[in-house]
Amino acid sequence: MAPTNSGTAVVTLPADTQILITREFGAPKHLVYRAWTTPELIKRWWSGDRGEVLSIEVDLRPGGSWRYLMRANGGFEVAFHGEYREIIANERIVLTEIYEGLPEAQAITTVTFAELSGRTTVTVLVEHASKEFRDTHLDYGMEGGMQEAMDHLEQVARSLR
Amino acid sequence: MARAATTTDVFNAVAEGRRRQILDVLADGERPVNDLVDLLGLAQPQVSKHLRVLREVGLVEVRGDGRQRVYRLNGQPLKPIHDWVRHYERTWTQRFDRLETVLTELQEAELQQREEHEDGTDE
Repeated sequence: MAPTNSGTAVVTLPADTQILITREFGAPKHLVYRAWTTPELIKRWWSGDRGEVLSIEVDLRPGGSWRYLMRANGGFEVAFHGEYREIIANERIVLTEIYEGLPEAQAITTVTFAELSGRTTVTVLVEHASKEFRDTHLDYGMEGGMQEAMDHLEQVARSLR
Repeated sequence: MARAATTTDVFNAVAEGRRRQILDVLADGERPVNDLVDLLGLAQPQVSKHLRVLREVGLVEVRGDGRQRVYRLNGQPLKPIHDWVRHYERTWTQRFDRLETVLTELQEAELQQREEHEDGTDE
């Protein structure tokens, strides 16, 4: 079967403290769920083009912990960890998420898998305690591209005066 | 260079919920200030204050129409915010493109398994 091109991730900011990411995949939800929760599979996609995944730890049960570690293309290591709050296999995962570079900003992330005619829409809703933490998340989410983005912001801020 | 006052930054201008509400209303077309007062349920001085902030960053423009002042949206200054979010979106798109490849393989493996199973029961 040829890979299905489902287009791009769609990122919106539904509220000051939230980030919502959605994307449709050409596969049934039990497979998307498997790829989302199995360490060997997560390793293959989670870093995108921004670096190399060094380790993935997943203890998939309520109260279980997780940690993702990658080496970004710039050479520095980026790690996230948290705890699973709720797990409904093939349907929904609720977890806490902490970027280790900013440990005071803990987000609560809800991942939902919804299947229609063999295709699955994944939604990732990230909820932060404050707008400041949410905005910082948008910055560090760029990983390797963060500095470039900050430079860009600086330029924008100057041009607005 | 002197630092810009926070409200003259477009990121701060849209950080306020009421101001985003004004932008949402104006996205459907221009409105006199009285309409905005009614729709938002705020006192006129508050609405005017928000409109002033939005004007300072260029997000709304105003024209006189008789005795009324009519406001309209100018979306151009929102582009930096759009670009900023798009950057984050790109990270997720790259990530999801790889996930899609993994999924294609899982589907093929599952299909193959099923075929083998069916072959097995036929014999």
